[in-house]
Amino acid sequence: MTTGDPLIVLDGVNKWFGPLHVLDDVSLSVGRGEVVVVIGPSGSGKSTLCRTINRLEPIDNGTITFDGQALPAEGKPLAKLRSEVGMVFQSFNLFAHKTILENVTLGPVKVRKEKPAAARERGLALLDRVGIANQADKYPAQLSGGQQQRAAIARALAMQPKAMLFDEPTSALDPEMVGEVLDVMTSLARDGMTMVVVTHEMGFARHAANRVIFMADGKLVEDAPPAEFFANPRSERAKDFLSKILTH
Amino acid sequence: MHVFADPTNLDAYLSGFLWILKLTGSSAVLALVLGVLLAAFRVSPVPVLRGFGAAWVNIFRNTPLTLIIFFCYFGLFTTLGLTLSDDLDQNNYWLGVVGLSVYTAAFVCEAVRSGINTVPPGQAEAARAIGLTFFQTLRIVVLPQAGRAVVAPLGSVLIALCKNATIVGTIGLIEASSVMKQLINDNGDAVIPIFLVFAGTFAALLIPTGYFFGWLANRLAVKR
Ligand SMILES: Nc1ncnc2c1ncn2[C@@H]1O[C@H](COP(=O)(O)OP(=O)(O)OP(=O)(O)O)[C@@H](O)[C@H]1O
Ligand SMILES: [Mg+2]
Repeated sequence: MTTGDPLIVLDGVNKWFGPLHVLDDVSLSVGRGEVVVVIGPSGSGKSTLCRTINRLEPIDNGTITFDGQALPAEGKPLAKLRSEVGMVFQSFNLFAHKTILENVTLGPVKVRKEKPAAARERGLALLDRVGIANQADKYPAQLSGGQQQRAAIARALAMQPKAMLFDEPTSALDPEMVGEVLDVMTSLARDGMTMVVVTHEMGFARHAANRVIFMADGKLVEDAPPAEFFANPRSERAKDFLSKILTH
Repeated sequence: MHVFADPTNLDAYLSGFLWILKLTGSSAVLALVLGVLLAAFRVSPVPVLRGFGAAWVNIFRNTPLTLIIFFCYFGLFTTLGLTLSDDLDQNNYWLGVVGLSVYTAAFVCEAVRSGINTVPPGQAEAARAIGLTFFQTLRIVVLPQAGRAVVAPLGSVLIALCKNATIVGTIGLIEASSVMKQLINDNGDAVIPIFLVFAGTFAALLIPTGYFFGWLANRLAVKR
């Protein structure tokens, strides 16, 4: 796997929720085509970090640039930026009143102003790619969790994003469905998608990630290639965390 | 029913309810547009708009409608000279529509806003994440799903609006309740039948309205 110039750059990012310092001077650079897995104990700020990258959470200070541009504060430019960054949520968040195919074509048609027929064709191809083409006309509630999450990935991919953010994409799934979602993510990684993935799936981190980032108390504590991180975590916090999750 | 056998009285009865229907119809449309807009303001990320929406709701929801209608007549028309039509009835009618609309919009706003709050926040977040603007998110993703939760209370608002339309009688429009008062004055021997006919007509209009909105709410239910 080769990775290119920086696509996502966080520099000295701080964020507070009231008195809680959720992001404490976080600096991070993610190269084009790079896959970064973020791990850490609950409440360490992983989701918040992920959500600042498409500004679902605004930051208090520091800078974030995406593809060379500072994140726009609001309005149309912000919407445009978001359309270039795919996001996959723990709870899928498929639009409940739209069919799977409509979920996938909504962005291309309403944001990119693509022709419905063209968007539909591409949407079906994407659903095929994630293995649920036969579910296209169903509503989200009729699908299993794993199918819904794959539909959500297809919805994000339909925008032809430059990067994809995943916030614990498999945590809400029954164990037997985790694999099908990770398979889709692994193939995306292989195809060179830039990815930031918050996950507890250590197998995915080992096999698909270029780097593992360990967060604790809002700080970025370690940043290393997976082999190195799992073999020799440097900080006590990371050692402690790994011993807890790997023994289960 | 000798009272309504008299064509003059029958005409008065019909024209009274025609005014009620017109007041209700026009005000419902205006209040709906205004109320949805106010609800959008109240959930918008812009503090000024949120403040405007909140102020509107607090002012108009907490002022008696009679005062608002009086203000439209004595304030807007008599004092400030706002004339909405050269025809006296039409002028009173439109002043009434203004008063009813600004008042009802506050209730529509709150019905819509509470409906919006029933939609899981992840829906709007996913919409924003694919690059929809605030208004697109509201229109395409949130409001359609708020439908069910909004429609039933909106039915109640519409029913209240129709009954509230009788207050426009206080500024001189001869709507149904004014006609009833006149008929009662002229026919002291038939007070109860007259009253029952007017009350029955309102019930005949409004009971089906309530059922219709209940039916609509069920049809609009979104499966999760
Ligand atoms: N909107 C919010 N308002 C206030 N506090 C918040 C908000 N969102 C998150 N927090 C708090 O910020 C801290 C970091 O939250 P975050 O969701 O980023 O953690 P996380 O690392 O993703 O945890 P988890 O593994 O449980 O998902 C937590 O203590 C959380 O309670
Ligand atoms: Mg989280």
